[in-house]
Amino acid sequence: MSVLRSDGTQSVELAPPAVLVRGLSRRHGRGEQQVLALDGIDLEIAQGEFLCLLGASGCGKSTLLHLIAGLDKPTSGELRVEGGQPAVMFQDSALFPWLTVAENVAFPLEMRGASPARRRERVAELLELVHLDAFAAHRPHQLSGGMRQRAALARALAQDARVLLMDEPFAALDAMLRDLLHDELERIWQRTGLTVVFVTHNPREAARLADRVIVLSSRPGRVADEFTVDVARPRRIDAPDVSRLAGRLTDRLKEIIRGDTDGAA
Amino acid sequence: MATLMAQPKSSESVAPRAFAGSREPTQSVSRSRRGVVAPVLAVVVALALWQLIVWSGWKPEWVLPGPLPVLRRLVEELVSGEVASAARITLARAALGMTIATLIGTSLGVCMAKSSWVRNALSGLIAGLQTMPSVSWFPLAILLFQLGEESIQFVVVLGAAPSIAVGLVSAVDHVPPLLVRVGRTMGARGFVLFRRVIFPAALPGYVAGLKQGWAFSWRSLMAGELMVFLADRPSIGARLHFARELSDAEGLLAWMIVVLSIGILVDLAVFGRLEHTLRARRGLAEEH
Repeated sequence: MSVLRSDGTQSVELAPPAVLVRGLSRRHGRGEQQVLALDGIDLEIAQGEFLCLLGASGCGKSTLLHLIAGLDKPTSGELRVEGGQPAVMFQDSALFPWLTVAENVAFPLEMRGASPARRRERVAELLELVHLDAFAAHRPHQLSGGMRQRAALARALAQDARVLLMDEPFAALDAMLRDLLHDELERIWQRTGLTVVFVTHNPREAARLADRVIVLSSRPGRVADEFTVDVARPRRIDAPDVSRLAGRLTDRLKEIIRGDTDGAA
Repeated sequence: MATLMAQPKSSESVAPRAFAGSREPTQSVSRSRRGVVAPVLAVVVALALWQLIVWSGWKPEWVLPGPLPVLRRLVEELVSGEVASAARITLARAALGMTIATLIGTSLGVCMAKSSWVRNALSGLIAGLQTMPSVSWFPLAILLFQLGEESIQFVVVLGAAPSIAVGLVSAVDHVPPLLVRVGRTMGARGFVLFRRVIFPAALPGYVAGLKQGWAFSWRSLMAGELMVFLADRPSIGARLHFARELSDAEGLLAWMIVVLSIGILVDLAVFGRLEHTLRARRGLAEEH
């Protein structure tokens, strides 16, 4: 299949892209107060790719994620997601407080009509994967912030979606815990072969996790730059290659922000 | 008396935690003791004030008897089983009325929460019904159903159902949108989304609405029993009425204490406990 890349080059790929975005725009509000949040975004995310959307606050990266998640409708443009409804994870774990951890993870399985036996089996598997098997019967409020995000990850994985969308899922955690969860996410991503779209405003996090980083400009949100990360996995956040790339991403982000305020994006 | 009624509530919410969180035993004991002492003290003060008013000679004792003869009379009525048999009749009515009101109020609330059209149409009317004293329905109820059980139930249901509906609607309004969004991405839609995500998320607010509905229905029921008394059904309201007819001031006050006690008991033992369990389970129980 011949696909037109966002950078204008053509390539031949065997599998269709997991997510295909063409000329996607989104306006918020009406009349005078109208804001162009996203302007003509072109993006192609390969199956199994780990993609980071990097940008300053308010650049529309969450809006883009919500559009891909089907939680919002684009004003114009085309959007295709392979394999049905993607799974979504937010900065807040958004676990259901009236259910136990195991029941939370079982929820998407139940929605898809899995048998009780199959549910039990899959929940046990997933809780083991995120190292929460000892907390199956706990309620969300009894868990720490990091454990809640792990439970939310298990719940997202229970959807068996091909695409996992993550909206700054570790932004509220301390650096140590975030580091730990980066390791786990990388391990789980490698094991499951999921396509991950990860929104962050943290260049280090993007350099640590991504195969490819898309840098977005603000107001309106446009694709400003693209970086491919050729660092072997598993990575460490303090590895020289990762730090160097994080530095380049930070510089680029600063340029974009300065450019934005000058009104010359 | 309103402040007196509020006191036991705090003791109820403090005591169970004192046993659950046993990390600091001495502090827990002092907490639970404070939770019991305060309301008991309030009751003692109220009884003392009552006695002082009686001693002041403001009214003759056959019109306003002191706490001692009234409590003695209350014990008599309790021992003879009169309170139990009257409470059985009254509480059976209350249970039936609350059940019907819960069914109607919940269905109305679900319709209003699900459809903005129904909500626009009904919200003003229901808010009006909620503020309307339910006693003012009695003349119509008596015209429609004569002096009978149906009249009492009619008014009890009209008293409680609007509060339950309004409680459910506002509880649904306060469900965090993120939970609904997450439910949607996991494939919950329409009624399944409501039953499995929105309603459970709104449950604490719904129970608060039920609790308020109970307060309204209990008031309406007492008003109803004072107006409609059936010879073969000696309810609590009928006792109050006959005590007044016979100028039996001791009996009147004793039965008023019964009304007050049942109101507090149901509020605490049923709705208070339910609310507390729900909140504790979700980690919402407030720390003192």
